Amino acid sequence: MDGGVGLLNYGIFLATLIGIYGIVTLGLNVQWGYTGMFNLGIGAFFAVGAYITAIATSDPSPSHLGGFGLPTVAGVILAMIGTGLLGLAICLVTITLRTDYLAIATIGIAEIVRLGLKNEGWLTAGVRGIAGIPRPVEGLVPGFDALTYLGVVLAALLLVYLAIERLYRAPWGRVLRAIRENELAAQAAGKNVVQFRIEAFVIGSMAMGLGGALYAHFVTFISPEAFRSEFATFLVWVMLIAGGSGNNRGAVVGAVLIWVIWSGTELITGRLPEDWVTRAGALRVLMIGVLLQVILLTRRQGVLPERPPRPIDE
Amino acid sequence: MAIELVQLLIYGIVLGSILALGAIGVSLVFGILRFAHFAHGDLMTLGAFFAFSFYVGLALPMPVAFVFACAATALTAVVIDALVYRRLRRTSPVILLISSFGMALILRSLVQLIWGPSNQVYDPGIQFPYLIWGLRIKPDQVTIIVGALVLVTGLHLFLQRTRIGKAMRAMADNIDLARIVGIDTERVVIWTWLIAGAMAAAAGIFLAIDTRLHPIMGWRLLLPVFAAAIVGGIGRPYGAIAGGLVIGIAQEFSTLVLSPSYKTAVAFGLMVVVLIVRPTGLFGGRR
Amino acid sequence: MSLLALDDIHGGYGGADILSGVSLTVAAGEIVVIVGPNGAGKSTAMKAVFGLITIRRGTVWFAGENLTRLRTDQIVRRGICYVPQVDNVFPSLTVEENLEMGAYVRNDDASPQLARVYELFPRLFERRSQAAGTLSGGERQMVAIGRALMLEPRLLLLDEPTAGLAPRFIDQIFETVRGINRALGLSILMVEQNARKALGFADRGYVLVLGRNRFEDTGPGLLANREIADMFLGG
Repeated sequence: MDGGVGLLNYGIFLATLIGIYGIVTLGLNVQWGYTGMFNLGIGAFFAVGAYITAIATSDPSPSHLGGFGLPTVAGVILAMIGTGLLGLAICLVTITLRTDYLAIATIGIAEIVRLGLKNEGWLTAGVRGIAGIPRPVEGLVPGFDALTYLGVVLAALLLVYLAIERLYRAPWGRVLRAIRENELAAQAAGKNVVQFRIEAFVIGSMAMGLGGALYAHFVTFISPEAFRSEFATFLVWVMLIAGGSGNNRGAVVGAVLIWVIWSGTELITGRLPEDWVTRAGALRVLMIGVLLQVILLTRRQGVLPERPPRPIDE
Repeated sequence: MAIELVQLLIYGIVLGSILALGAIGVSLVFGILRFAHFAHGDLMTLGAFFAFSFYVGLALPMPVAFVFACAATALTAVVIDALVYRRLRRTSPVILLISSFGMALILRSLVQLIWGPSNQVYDPGIQFPYLIWGLRIKPDQVTIIVGALVLVTGLHLFLQRTRIGKAMRAMADNIDLARIVGIDTERVVIWTWLIAGAMAAAAGIFLAIDTRLHPIMGWRLLLPVFAAAIVGGIGRPYGAIAGGLVIGIAQEFSTLVLSPSYKTAVAFGLMVVVLIVRPTGLFGGRR
Repeated sequence: MSLLALDDIHGGYGGADILSGVSLTVAAGEIVVIVGPNGAGKSTAMKAVFGLITIRRGTVWFAGENLTRLRTDQIVRRGICYVPQVDNVFPSLTVEENLEMGAYVRNDDASPQLARVYELFPRLFERRSQAAGTLSGGERQMVAIGRALMLEPRLLLLDEPTAGLAPRFIDQIFETVRGINRALGLSILMVEQNARKALGFADRGYVLVLGRNRFEDTGPGLLANREIADMFLGG
């Protein structure tokens, strides 16, 4: 009986994280899958989203800015606005440059965010982290807190999915695809390429911020150590590529698949001899890294390849 | 005050030498293969740990360990290319970018698996600095500057005097024309990885001598290395040397006004300014 | 027997075929010109010889050997050099290094060839340590042709060598081409936009239209053809 409950709880835990990663992967899909814009700072957007809501919603504390005790909804919205602005700032600097430079710039932002979280104690409480982040639906259905929160996360995932799927099928998405395939032609067709790309990047960043905010309210404690930024970035990339860049269902499927595999690698490393335990984490990352290369080499289009909607008149 | 500035300048040159060696590889790979190699920092880490095994593990003299580590890292780079990058070369460069980002994590995890996750040093104990006109200079720092100078000179001679070096410059200039004159481009690619790998190892070893060994040391340096390559004009190995020095010195001087923990941010800021003001870098690299 | 023969070549750059049945020959020591309207596949026909396009049907013969499936560097080693129309120098390399690259596939000492190229183009000797990117258009064309000669090829492929050059350079280039043809007995296949002038000095010419042979004759013969004159030579 206990084992059953334990397994169920683990399942809920797993599903919640998958939902959160799914939202972030959808965000990356708007940036990379739709538009071909590189982002290697996903972890930073995630962390910024988490910190903004943490500062906004936690109780006042002498050890860092705020908290302001705002309602969770306000915190989450602020998180999305904040990450959206961060995305906008990066765009304003790099938008006209080659893709590689955008990628490098996002690494730079990630690094600066990491340093900022660690060193700006007045803002983030530094390495001690922020505790006591409220969980919004606590006590709503007594005894089923985890399950209710899972419901919240899945609802958010569904909303994000529907919203960006709609964008994909709208003229806006068509222009983005045109830009991705042939920027010059899109420009020649009179589209303001720069503006479309900025919009896509900002929307993607906001989804990442939302994921981070939901994560903060899920775990209720965050610290710089909790964000292995470049690993989160890497995992989300593997999710999108495995699922199928450009395909939103693929993005969600990729998040499920890779998170399950990632959790599964723990089963393998769990059987290792005692003195290997400290290195288990590295072994797991190694396995996912190899998986990425295998996917790139053998099935680059992912499990669910992109299927752009056909124009009606065809 | 003046002494202090000169002292910072020396630290800047030490750091700049390390960055330059890394940036040369990034720039060469970009010039020849047209993609930003994000695993370069971790290649540096790998080189440093190879040297650790040869020097501490096998108790070889440092110069020998250095050469062996450079060779081993160069070979690793060639193997990675043959196994993965070469097969992706016909796809778009961004696929290579993703692949190299994954490769960075693979290399880092391998280093953690083989050598463990903690800090290590080549030589325990503290080195006493020379005192010259009130300046403190450690013997290790002299080694790094001289070593980088020797390597850069060697690279210069290779690029200017040898057949394959000239072919490498030709291919960076115009890859289609290089094929047309009959240059075996795959062979040039192998040489590119050998040199980029060896230089990365040297950068990693010097970094470890200057600070310490840690599985994440190279990744942390990736941004300043790219900043150096971009400031110097990406695709231009000579620009990378200048870019390395500019970034290194700027990072050290920034500690006068900023907390030292933001050194990386200074590199990033400089890079962004150069990208806005002069996207081809100070020495006219590729856009 | 002809040195080079293209036999019913079909192919292009992976998509739709650009060439749909091109056949031509170049005999040893001959200058052959390909002319035709824009989009006729003139440059593509030349690239077919050099393994730079996907050949779907047909065969390229050179000195009795089938080149159709060979790699570019293998074709270079057989003694064919190709001078593309644009981007035909290495801009950051010096003039001399550019010329050295022409001899890349040779394993012997190429200094006699270098001396001969300098003899042919004294101007290049003056500028030998200057970066090729800093030269004028005409000088770059000399570098490109000189580089091709470094290999002492049996066949030289020139893709619109006079495109974008000032008139005085155009004549100079034509003279140079004839000079190396006479002096070295080198066969030359060239594509020219400047049809009248080119046919005037070529031994034979081909007119391509829409990726196919349309006319072939001696240079003067094609010039005398009313239909061609009306179509391409501007009356």
